[in-house]
Amino acid sequence: MAKEIERSGLPITIMCNLTNIAKTVGSNRIVPTFSVPYPLGNPQASPEEEWAMRKHRVEVAVEALQTPIEEQTVFAVKK
Amino acid sequence: MKKAILYLNQFFGQIGGEDKADFEPVLEDKPIGSAGIFNGIAKNVKIEQTMICGDNFMASHTDEAIERCLKLLEGKKFDIFIAGPAFNAGRYGNACGQICKAVHEKFNVPVITSMNVENPGVEMFKRDMYIFKGGNRATAIKQDMTAMAAFADKIAGGEKLLPADMEGYFPRGIRHEVFLEDLGMEPVMACDRAVDMLLAKLKGEEYVTELPIPKQDLVPIAPAVKDIRKIKVGLVTSGGIVPRENPDRIESASATKWGKYNIAGLDKLPAPEFKTIHAGYDPEQADKNPNVVEPLDAIRALQKEGKLGEVDDFFYATVGTGTTQGEAARMGREIAADLRSRGVEAVILTST
Repeated sequence: MAKEIERSGLPITIMCNLTNIAKTVGSNRIVPTFSVPYPLGNPQASPEEEWAMRKHRVEVAVEALQTPIEEQTVFAVKK
Repeated sequence: MKKAILYLNQFFGQIGGEDKADFEPVLEDKPIGSAGIFNGIAKNVKIEQTMICGDNFMASHTDEAIERCLKLLEGKKFDIFIAGPAFNAGRYGNACGQICKAVHEKFNVPVITSMNVENPGVEMFKRDMYIFKGGNRATAIKQDMTAMAAFADKIAGGEKLLPADMEGYFPRGIRHEVFLEDLGMEPVMACDRAVDMLLAKLKGEEYVTELPIPKQDLVPIAPAVKDIRKIKVGLVTSGGIVPRENPDRIESASATKWGKYNIAGLDKLPAPEFKTIHAGYDPEQADKNPNVVEPLDAIRALQKEGKLGEVDDFFYATVGTGTTQGEAARMGREIAADLRSRGVEAVILTST
């Protein structure tokens, strides 16, 4: 799906847990998420920590859209 | 009699469903589940132990999961390692591929798994192991396990193995010299075969190349946005977040539909007005707070901080479990056209 959106010319960041699959399928801008059932949540963490994690990763995704890349790239996030 | 160990996920290992997908690896000293089918077919090899690990545990903590699985196998005597079948289950296919690859590297035994052609695990791992061409859902379990058992039996019995297409697994990109008579075929010289192919091609007839060139369908990288604050950004998710009543009746699995939902004026996705209908993961957290899947709250915070400009008034949603690559591609094209018609110039997609 991400690939077809990009094929139409729109830059797209895919946020997902299985970054290897995204790469294999052919996504170009990839940001890792925290888990499968709550990609941007963490019930084990405090609400503050959870919020900081979510906001940080979304910010990386936004940044990725402004980053020129030459090849498929998995953008680094803080733990 | 040779020994095999079978790897299963939490569901086929009879531990539980999505709520048990974080189940940590164990090795049971007995055949479990579809091991029975295998043991009913194979004459030279028997499954005596079963390893079980939750798909989410493997996906989210891959290095730790692999390390712990390998540790459980240390000192165990086994000749063949079997995983799955994984059908078209993406996370399970990933798990089977990861564990088979690691087991082969560490213990140097033959490793066999089975996946549907649509499973992304095929593309990721087919060069590293035998992946049999499996069905797309669990109803194919008997057939898929039988194919793996018959092949494992051949290996255990020291029988001659045939090329990938004849055995029924995905070609691994390994080339061997073979004599056609050994495959029970009429020997024909290479130059004659080449000319036959050329003649067939000129006549517009079907022919099968002996040297397939693998193709990977990559899309050109779309140029980066110059200033994200000056354009409109669109949000898409395959995590199945929809309004409570699921107005477009998007399917919970094998989706063929997508929807778009108004978020104008919302500073987050409220629960229970929004929820997930995705049947491929435990919905507890997403139903409690849909922003863990479609992070509208974080998007709004970044807008307030001036790090992001306009965001489209609609987000787009579908379900990405069991969905074929063909359907996903069609929906992707439709969503792309809709996004463009709304003036969106860049997209953030979250998936589960």
